[in-house]
Amino acid sequence: MTKIDRAGLTRRELLARSVAAGGSFLVGASWVTGQSAAWAVEVAALKPETMATLVQMARDIYPHDRIPDDRYVVAVKGYDTPEQAPMIEEGIAALNAAARGKGFDSYLAAGWEDDRVAMLKAIEQGEFFQTIRAGLVTGLYNQKEVWPLFGYEGESYSHGGYIDRGFNDIDWL
Amino acid sequence: MVAKYDLNDDSVVIIGSGAGGGTLANELAQKGIKVVALEAGGRYLPQDYINDEWESFGQLAWLDTRKATGGWRVARDFGGLPTWIVKAVGGTTTHWAGASLRFQDHEWKTLTNYGQVAGASLLDWPIDAAEMDPWYAKAEAKMGVTRTNGLPGLPGNNNYLVLEKGAKALGYEEVHTGRMAINSIEYGDRMSCQQTGFCFQGCKWGAKWSTAYTEIPLGEETGFLEVRERAHAARIEHDDTGKVTGVVYFDADGQEQRQAARLVCVAGNTIESPRLLLNSASSMFPDGLANSSGQVGRNYMRHTTGSVYSVFEKPVRMWRGTTMAGIVRDEARHDPSRGFVGGYELETLSLGLPFMAAFLDPGGWGRSFTSAIDGYENMAGMWIVGEDMPQETNRVTVDTDVLDQHGLPTPVVHYDDHANDVAMRDHAYERGMAIHEASGAVRSFPTPPYPSTHNLGTNRMSDNPRDGVVNRWGQSHDVANLFVSDGSQFTTGAAENPTLTIVALAIRQADHIASEMSAGNL
Repeated sequence: MTKIDRAGLTRRELLARSVAAGGSFLVGASWVTGQSAAWAVEVAALKPETMATLVQMARDIYPHDRIPDDRYVVAVKGYDTPEQAPMIEEGIAALNAAARGKGFDSYLAAGWEDDRVAMLKAIEQGEFFQTIRAGLVTGLYNQKEVWPLFGYEGESYSHGGYIDRGFNDIDWL
Repeated sequence: MVAKYDLNDDSVVIIGSGAGGGTLANELAQKGIKVVALEAGGRYLPQDYINDEWESFGQLAWLDTRKATGGWRVARDFGGLPTWIVKAVGGTTTHWAGASLRFQDHEWKTLTNYGQVAGASLLDWPIDAAEMDPWYAKAEAKMGVTRTNGLPGLPGNNNYLVLEKGAKALGYEEVHTGRMAINSIEYGDRMSCQQTGFCFQGCKWGAKWSTAYTEIPLGEETGFLEVRERAHAARIEHDDTGKVTGVVYFDADGQEQRQAARLVCVAGNTIESPRLLLNSASSMFPDGLANSSGQVGRNYMRHTTGSVYSVFEKPVRMWRGTTMAGIVRDEARHDPSRGFVGGYELETLSLGLPFMAAFLDPGGWGRSFTSAIDGYENMAGMWIVGEDMPQETNRVTVDTDVLDQHGLPTPVVHYDDHANDVAMRDHAYERGMAIHEASGAVRSFPTPPYPSTHNLGTNRMSDNPRDGVVNRWGQSHDVANLFVSDGSQFTTGAAENPTLTIVALAIRQADHIASEMSAGNL
C-alpha cells in the first residue's frame, strides 16, 4: 500500500482512519503546487500523485471554498480500487498531458484555478470528465457533513417538524 | 379480514395501486366487489418513509430500465430516467406534493376552445365540467382537500411568503396556499401537517393523502380487496371472443403466475399502462391489446414544466414546511395574447441540498454553479406546471431488444417540446423570475424540467374509437371488460396537477363498473 506522504505520520494516520470511517476531519491550507502538506490519505490502487490530482480536479469542478479538502477526498475515494484505477490513471494522464501542452509541468502545477478550469473545459464532453462530474453530484453533496456549510438542516421529523420551529419565521420581507 | 383469492377466482383485477388503481380498488371493495390489486412495488407506510432524498429515492422510485428519447431536455440530462414516479403500494401518491386543483371548465374542450394547433393532436374530452362536478366533490371530500368542504387552508411557510409578496406586488390576485390534500386540521383519522418538509419522500405523519394508508387499508377492511405486492404484471390474456380472461404476472420470487379475471383495470401509470397493452399483443390483437386505433402509447403528455429558483440577500430556508406551499393561479387562464394557448400554474417548490445539486442545472459545474449552491440557504423556489400539447409522435413504445429483469420489452419514452410548450415555458420563466425579483431576489435560475411526475395521455379518452383508446368511462373501445383507470386516459392534460382528476375519474368509473356488473353487462 502506497501512502501520500506529505504530512507527519501521526496526522496522516489519523486522517486516513477518519476518511476510511467517513468522518469529518478538518485540515488546513492547500497542499497543491508543492506547498505545505494539508491532508493525507492512504491510496490502495491509484498513484499518490494521481489521487492528489483527482482531488484538485474535484474541487475545480465543484469549487466551494467553505468545504475542506477531506470532503472532496471522500467524494472520489471510491475510485481507488483495482477496477476503477486504470480509467482514472488514464484520464489524469491525459489531463497532465494537456497541461504540459499549455506550458505547465502538470495539472497540479497550474496555480490559477482559471488555467485548470480551461483544461477541464476542453474535456468536459468526454466520458472521463462526465463520469467524475456526475459522481461528485452525489459523492460530494450527499455527504451529511457538508450540509451545515450550506445551512441545510436535513430531516426534521425527529424534531417534530418545523411547525413550532420556524417554518414561517422570515422577518426581512 | 383481508381477502385472499385463488388464482382461478375471477375477480376484478386492477394493475397498480396509486391514485387511480388504489382509489378504484377501495371504491369497488366498498360496493362488495371482489378485487385483486397487483402492485409491482412493496408496501411502505409512514414509519418506513425516509427523510433523506437519495435514500428515499432508492426506496421508492421506479428505477426499472427505461429510455428517454427526443428533443426534451430530460432525454439529455436523465436519459435512463424519463420519469420520477414511485414503485410501491400507493404508487406515486406517496411522492406527490398534494396539490388538488379541478380542471378549469374550458380545459375539458381544448379543441373547441383553442382551435386547431399545428402539430398538436388536440381533442375535446367526451366529458365536461358539469359531468365531473359531483365526482370532484366526492374526491375532495375523500382526500380532505383544503379550501373545500370548510377545511381551512394550510399556513404559508417562508417559501410561500416570498412568492406571495412578489406575486401581489406584480398585481396577481389569485395567490394563496393552495388546495392541498394535506390535512390542515385532523381529518379522516389522520393528523394535521407538522410542516416537516420531505413531502416528496412520503409523509411520515400521514397528513398528506396517499392511497397507501387511506384507500388501500380501507378497502382491505371490507374483506373484498386483496393487494398482492411485488407482483409485476407482464401481459393480459384474452379468449377467442376477444374478452380478457386473466393477467400473467411475476410474483415476489420472480415466478410467473396467472390471475384469472372477469374484468381488468389497467392503472400502472402512463408509461407502464401502454407498455402492458403493447406487450399483450396477440394474433387477434397484433398491434397490442385495445390498440385497433393505433393510439396506445401516443399523445404522451408530461406538462410544460420548469422551475425558478432565486437567491435573496437573507435566509429563506425554503425546505422548511410543505414542499408545495402556495400557488399563483392568474396565469392558468387561456389567453392567446400571451403567445400560446392554454395556461400554467406557479406553485412553490423546494428541494433539499442533495437534489438541488442534481436538478438546479443538470450538467452544470464551475463557479457559476457552485456560487448558486452556496446561496442555498437564501433560496426560494417555484415550479411551473402548464398544459402541454398532445402530439401523436410523443409516445411510449417498447424496445424488444432491451429486456427488463423479467425478460419483458422495456419502455422508450419519446418527447419533443411543441412550439407552444416552449413559448409557455419561456413566459413562465420570465413571470416567475419577475415575482422573485419583486420580493428582493438578487439572482434567479430558470431551472429545466425534472424527470416527469405528471405522466398523461397514452391511452386517451374519446367517443370516437378511431382517435382514442378508451370511451367516456375509461372502458376500452376494443375490449369490453378492459378498463384504463389512471392518468393515461387523459385526453388533454390541462394546467392542473392531475391527481385530483385521476381520483375523481376512478370514483366515477367504480360507480359505472358496479352498475354495469349488477345489470349483467360486464
